[in-house]
Amino acid sequence: MLNLKVINYRKHAALLSAFIIFIGIISLIFNGLNLGIDFTGGTNLHYKIGEPFQVEEVREILEEFGLGGSFVQKVGHGGLAEEEKDEVLIKTVSLDEEERNQIFMAIQERWDQGETEIIEVENVGGVIGRELQRDAALALVIATLGMIAYITIRFEFRFAMSAIAALVHDIIILLTVVSLLQIEINSPFVAAILTIFGYSINDTIVVFDRIRENLKEMKKEDYATVVNDSINQTIIRSINTSVTTLLVLSALFIFGGVTLRPFIAALLVGVISGTYSSLFVASPLWVTWKEWDIRKKKKVEAF
Amino acid sequence: MDKRKKKVGTDMVKRSRMLLTGAIVILVAFSLLIAAQIPPHINLGLDLVGGVYVLLEAREGEDEPATRDTIERAITIIRNRVDEFGVSEPIIQQEGDRRIRVELPDIDDPSRAMEVIGRTALLTFVDPDEEVVLTGANLDTAEFTYDQFNRPAVALEFDREGRDKFAEVTGRLAGTNEPLSIYLDDELVSAPVVDEVIGEGKAIIRGDFTAEEAGDLALILRSGALPVELVELETRTIGPTLGADSRDRSINAGIIGLSLLLVFMLIIYRLIGALASFALGVYVVLVLAVLTALNATLTLPGIAGLILSIGMAVDANVIIFERFKEEYRSGKTLRSGVEAAFRNALSTILDANVTTLIAAAVLFYFGTGPVRGFAVTLSIGIVMSMFTAIVLTRYLLRYLIGANIITNPNLFGVRGIEDNVELKGN
Repeated sequence: MLNLKVINYRKHAALLSAFIIFIGIISLIFNGLNLGIDFTGGTNLHYKIGEPFQVEEVREILEEFGLGGSFVQKVGHGGLAEEEKDEVLIKTVSLDEEERNQIFMAIQERWDQGETEIIEVENVGGVIGRELQRDAALALVIATLGMIAYITIRFEFRFAMSAIAALVHDIIILLTVVSLLQIEINSPFVAAILTIFGYSINDTIVVFDRIRENLKEMKKEDYATVVNDSINQTIIRSINTSVTTLLVLSALFIFGGVTLRPFIAALLVGVISGTYSSLFVASPLWVTWKEWDIRKKKKVEAF
Repeated sequence: MDKRKKKVGTDMVKRSRMLLTGAIVILVAFSLLIAAQIPPHINLGLDLVGGVYVLLEAREGEDEPATRDTIERAITIIRNRVDEFGVSEPIIQQEGDRRIRVELPDIDDPSRAMEVIGRTALLTFVDPDEEVVLTGANLDTAEFTYDQFNRPAVALEFDREGRDKFAEVTGRLAGTNEPLSIYLDDELVSAPVVDEVIGEGKAIIRGDFTAEEAGDLALILRSGALPVELVELETRTIGPTLGADSRDRSINAGIIGLSLLLVFMLIIYRLIGALASFALGVYVVLVLAVLTALNATLTLPGIAGLILSIGMAVDANVIIFERFKEEYRSGKTLRSGVEAAFRNALSTILDANVTTLIAAAVLFYFGTGPVRGFAVTLSIGIVMSMFTAIVLTRYLLRYLIGANIITNPNLFGVRGIEDNVELKGN
């Protein structure tokens, strides 16, 4: 068994987390989040033009439709040089079927040598975006309440709240990374957040489960010792599980295609911070809370 | 250490070896058998095969509220159009009160499909006094045809009532040189001048059609006008190239990820790592089989969810193995160590997984499309991973030990008891 004294470093851990969260808040205030059309509504047009083109040329076509201010980007499969890229990605306001058709036909006419092709077209109305925001918020609240209820029943309320605190910590770290790197957020991101919910809690529960077990056997020891021992008994498992999960996620990130990348990136961040937070946030919080309770009780007795 | 190695009866060993071999052979055979059935039967989502996803909403007019009945009629009409259009396995479903979700997999020309599904297709004949004299409601059939100049057109045939009305209006207009305007959804398609009374209830719409357009128009008119105007709320069109690309890449990534995982398990847990890897293989087949049996759709995030759940499925095994090592170090025999490990790990695994299931269930309830697919695969993955770890790994491990194959703790990554004593001295 390892003999790490994790709880003894709780102040350092708290400082580190506070520092990252501070950066996160600053970044959220100044950079904000890069919300995709799933949340904001709008149209993404991804076409293959099939021959070399200039971004300006596409913009000229868009100007005819009064969409000159749209985001236009050259894209293509990995490894292609900028000049060789023959696909275009246009992000603009929500367009109806007819407008989309006209733009596509205009592009087909302008570059009639190559094989123009629809790679992907997405149009999300503003209503849907607002609904997704509402549903996502609701889903997160309900999942949180469900977990608090379950952990309170199986363990105790303090465990539940410490686990949820670790969870909130993970979500803030995720939002920090996403905001700093300006990763585009769409509906799969909500799925990623909820998966991290599951993963982070899962990881915390394994440690708490061991604390619960050890509390029965180590009645004479103080809470910090019990928790330190419990962490040492479960840390190999935490690391091994994180490594296996990170291995598969990394494979998905590297080989899984561009579409999935923001989603996988979010999961990668979540798994790392989820493992960290079960050891350095959830467990110390619980110990601190317990110690605080004891002090309070003693004070009451002293009077 | 030797003290603990009790002599096990040779009968018992033989029996365990037989059971172990038998179990592995049967599991491999079953897995291969099931695995062969999966690819032709599993549903792949639009993001993996390409296709069109549309969410339509009924726009309520003042005199025409979107009742349950109008939405149902609209769905029937859309279904007819889609069927005639020739799409395999379309999904057309009501969502909420006023919404219709349409998913058309494997489509070459998405914009044409949109045109066919979403068009209200209200056909009206308007006389020079701007009065509607006849509508598509009186149509009997509509067919693709060629006019006398060999240009694509649509031939109409009215029902009895329509025939009478048509005869009346053509009689009134014949020879006046005033046109009878034909509108489709408020758009003027053609305005022919009537030469003579048309009594047999047949008409031709000429426009500037291509053959395809005329064919589609005939199709839409045949299926009838939608009882309510449908507005597009959300559309996602995934070209076939992107779909195939996503599918191939995610499968590749899955294979690479899985291989890395197996190597890791073998290095850390040696022989029982191999056992766990075997159980994981069975696990993947099981999850895919359940997905296929439930007729669930595998989407791109769904595949990610599946691969992620493999990573997490290892967790249950890791919890058991680590517990097993601990029990063994604390002085238990291999056999009782395994049993104690499973007993103690069970509640951990259960509690840890139920919380993840709560998240997945919420995701399923609130999510749509690909996100929902992700929730489904994740949930099935969690349940199956508990099953393989608690049932399969346990029995295999029990037989493996009973068969006297594991005698050296090194085989499952536990260092000698000497290290243990040293560590305990801390």
